[in-house]
Amino acid sequence: MRKINGRIMTVMLFSAAILFLAAITISGSIFSDEAMITDFSRKNLAPSLQYLFGTDWLGRDMFIRTLTGLSMSIKIGLLAAFASSIIALALGIISATMGKTADAIVTWIIDLVMGIPHILLLILISYAFGKGFKGVVIGVALTHWTSLARVIRSEVLQLKEATYIKAAQKLGVSKFEIAWKHMFPHLFSQFLVGLILMFPHAILHEASITFLGFGLSPEQPAIGIILSESMKYLAMGRWWLAVFPGLLLVGTVILFDVAGESLRKLLDPSSAHK
Amino acid sequence: MKLEAKNITFRYGKNDKKILENFSLSIESHERVGIIAPSGFGKTTFCKILSGYENAQKGEILLDGKPLSSYKGYCPVQMIWQHPEQAVNPRLHMRDILAEGDEIDERIIKGLGIEEDWMNRFPSELSGGELQRFCIARALGKRTKFILADEISTMLDLITQSQLWSFLIKEVQDRQIGLLAVSHSMPLLENVCTRLVDMEKNI
Repeated sequence: MRKINGRIMTVMLFSAAILFLAAITISGSIFSDEAMITDFSRKNLAPSLQYLFGTDWLGRDMFIRTLTGLSMSIKIGLLAAFASSIIALALGIISATMGKTADAIVTWIIDLVMGIPHILLLILISYAFGKGFKGVVIGVALTHWTSLARVIRSEVLQLKEATYIKAAQKLGVSKFEIAWKHMFPHLFSQFLVGLILMFPHAILHEASITFLGFGLSPEQPAIGIILSESMKYLAMGRWWLAVFPGLLLVGTVILFDVAGESLRKLLDPSSAHK
Repeated sequence: MKLEAKNITFRYGKNDKKILENFSLSIESHERVGIIAPSGFGKTTFCKILSGYENAQKGEILLDGKPLSSYKGYCPVQMIWQHPEQAVNPRLHMRDILAEGDEIDERIIKGLGIEEDWMNRFPSELSGGELQRFCIARALGKRTKFILADEISTMLDLITQSQLWSFLIKEVQDRQIGLLAVSHSMPLLENVCTRLVDMEKNI
């Protein structure tokens, strides 16, 4: 029998991570109504086989609430990370190709955004846009693009000086074709990996500003809200309200990280054949 | 046709030393000119200026009496680089790399010994010598009038060297393409070229 090599292993790891995340997102959306059901005949139950994560003081099933909250977080993370990486791509390319002034301006903006503590800027932007779903997405999108923009800028700068790009120019290849055929394949893998590695940040930051009360509104089942509400009950011995949702959040973040890292390994030519 | 370099002066940085000073050279279409000089005398730099990759601080490059920069699109002066692995995009298939040349004849591909099987590979899956054949073929497009060969055979074994050079000499003779060859190997240049220029003595 053929031995399982590193590449197949990585593919399997990547698919498993993506599959699991998709399962959380879909099941969370399906159960979103059930997460709202309150039933006082079953309140404050400790975890059991029927209620895996226990129930809270309103008799809501915490397992379903957590799933719904996480799926909301993943959706926000996807949307925000996608918007953020588009900003990074645009600004990175502008700064690398449109001359010294454009470069100075973009670099200055990057330094500015990086210089302010992330969470502070996030709260400000989210608050300015009226909190809620919109505020969080805009806030996360506007704060997470900086490092990817730097990566793309340096990549384009390097590509511009590459001998094969210059040789293609001398062969009369048009600017568009050079950008599309020669540069895009190099940028794409960087971009995709940067995008996926941005999800965990986006999700964690969504959870934290919601936890602090500047994100989603309290009636939405979001992971940050679950955690901040359960704080009050921790002292009363209801540990399950915070522990399981917290663990699942950490698990989700790690899964995204695994997915991003394994994708990087698959796309990187130096490790692609291992 | 005539390719002229007139009083070229060049330095990389503002305070760096001048690599070329008042250097002039002209090549006719029927000529094969060899350039010799020790390392660091600006042979590669001169090739880059002559094919428009770098602009000289002083002096001009004329092709047929017109400045080289006035030729838009395909450049009639094509340079073949010393390191073929840097001159091809590692993310493109060899077929696509070759397709960027100007309608490369089947005759050229056959003459250089490029095998059909190599076309579907990536540059990292070919050896230096195999890659260099692609680079030579790519530079021999329809509109090419001058070829600058910068140490193109340094990394090859003698049999491959002679195979590539005899093809190249025949090709440039048949098509009246001017050739400028740079090498450290005096015997090679004496065999290939019709005229030799010593950069050391010129400067």
